[in-house]
Amino acid sequence: MTQYLDFEKPLAEIEGKAEELRAMARQNEEMDIEQEAAALDKKADALLKELYANLTPWRKCQIARHPERPHCKDYIEALFNEYTPLAGDRNYADDHAVMGGLARFNDQPVVVIGHEKGDDTKTRIERNFGMARPEGYRKAIRLMELADKFGLPVITLVDTPGAYPGKGAEERGQSEAIARSTEKCLQIKVPMISIIIGEGGSGGAVAFATANRVAMLEHSVYSVISPEGCASILWKDAEKMREAAEALRITAQDLKALGVNDLVIAEPLGGAHRDQQAAISSVRDAISSMLEEMKDMSRDELLSDRRKKFLDMGSKGLAA
Amino acid sequence: MNWITNYVRPRINSIFSRRETPDNLWSKCDDCGSMLFHRELSENLNVCTQCGHHMAITPRERFQALFDGGIFVEVDVPKPITDPLHFKDQKKYPERMKAAQKKTSEQEAMLVAEGEIGRTPIVAAAQDFSFMGGSMGMYVGNAIIAAAERAVKMHRPLVLFSAAGGARMQEGILSLMQMPRTTVAIQMLKEAGLPYIVVLTHPTTGGVTASYAMLGDVQIAEPNALICFAGPRVIEQTIREKLPEGFQRAEYLLDHGMLDRVTKRTDLRDELITIVRMLLRQTPAIKGDLPKPTPAEASEAGTEPPSEE
Ligand SMILES: [Zn+2]
Repeated sequence: MTQYLDFEKPLAEIEGKAEELRAMARQNEEMDIEQEAAALDKKADALLKELYANLTPWRKCQIARHPERPHCKDYIEALFNEYTPLAGDRNYADDHAVMGGLARFNDQPVVVIGHEKGDDTKTRIERNFGMARPEGYRKAIRLMELADKFGLPVITLVDTPGAYPGKGAEERGQSEAIARSTEKCLQIKVPMISIIIGEGGSGGAVAFATANRVAMLEHSVYSVISPEGCASILWKDAEKMREAAEALRITAQDLKALGVNDLVIAEPLGGAHRDQQAAISSVRDAISSMLEEMKDMSRDELLSDRRKKFLDMGSKGLAA
Repeated sequence: MNWITNYVRPRINSIFSRRETPDNLWSKCDDCGSMLFHRELSENLNVCTQCGHHMAITPRERFQALFDGGIFVEVDVPKPITDPLHFKDQKKYPERMKAAQKKTSEQEAMLVAEGEIGRTPIVAAAQDFSFMGGSMGMYVGNAIIAAAERAVKMHRPLVLFSAAGGARMQEGILSLMQMPRTTVAIQMLKEAGLPYIVVLTHPTTGGVTASYAMLGDVQIAEPNALICFAGPRVIEQTIREKLPEGFQRAEYLLDHGMLDRVTKRTDLRDELITIVRMLLRQTPAIKGDLPKPTPAEASEAGTEPPSEE
């Protein structure tokens, strides 16, 4: 059962009608509804295409947060073999909002790190909705150091509303942990790839996404602040999130024009949540090609390439 | 030879470029409410003479008090492209910028300068909270990179005074990208073996705290400064409970192991000199200071006239 977003309501109605007809036909064998149902399917397809051809930034944000979108865990399960989670920051705790460990990508050993939001009430709470605490960033730092020591590429999957704004998180140095994680990204001398699979929420995302190659899924978003947060500050009205989403330029397409991401990974029609396998398979291809691009770079080149990428960022604005 | 002649004339700043305020002007302490003579307050670096409360101080005033004889030379900061996103909320971003420039007489939210403290050459950068909340956009990023590059080139330490509400929302993702950008700048210093001292001032929050402001070799804060990633209101909304007294204030962070020191503004200069000289393995500073320049010397040095209100 698909969960529809508010703007998909007309689509839900049509798909619902088709479903209803088919259910009726199953009850009553004499009913011939196939022609009518097929017409509805066709109409639904056309509408889906239309809706997804012209998504506003706010709608993309909603899709990026869709609960049925493939999450970090799904990508890790599908794309890597021998995934061996490694836990803990060796200091305080293991943060379940951050997954990470050793794995093989096409036989090549790598370190994979990502935010996991969870997919039902229980796992969402366990994962703290993908909002990492300092322990999560410190775990990531440890894993990046491990990768650097043994020459393994680092692949990060970014999907977080932001770092957790909590009392303990602040007391244990949330800012310092994020700053050190970003710093670590800029110190390791192995290939580093980052994919924004859903939400790239502010500093909590940067701490994982300071990579040689940054890719964004077609309907993912990456922003300095949530549209709601921006709206409540600049418009003094959280309901102005549509305007804020527009102004902030949070889409994969706008950000590519600004040089923030190198690649936009196409999603299946109707978003990654409508066809998880298709989305995951596009991500596989993207990782392969990005690793391939870096395979002849020396350790020093990998580091200087990454630093230069970020130093140069912002040299171009968007066309008027 | 005039003691000032080895400085570049037109770009020099001194205590005499300070905007003159009439002697009879009173200011009220934000905290205890005492009425204070403006001149008295400004001579005490905007620290209340009654209760010790630290009020805001502009980067220019801070540098005038920090550098020997109030003399410093500004370091050029490359101008970024303006309004890269064509950002518009209720106001256009360029309009907000103009208003901030008019209000502060500064072009952006960070001032970079070089000069000597206790005859120790340093580069300093200070963030201006009165300029759009000190927010970190591309200019602030460029300023930190320029400061780090200058420090590396001249082989000097960098002292950075942070003050910001966070990232500059009007520059969207490009403001966020200043987190890695400024981190690269700090790495240049570290790799050159140069000290990087951060002085966190009230308030330092958000992406600023989560990047260059937390990466110092030595982390000092001014008393009672709010220093955090997420602000107290956001946290209260999330966890739905009252936060303890002094939460996220400098002393609280010191207690939680997040800072090296909490130091009064009036003691900062001496402390910075002491720390920097030890890190550079130099001899102790000679106590006593250069005399303040006379008005004649200052005008001979070609200081800028006081700017218009
Ligand atoms: Zn007072």
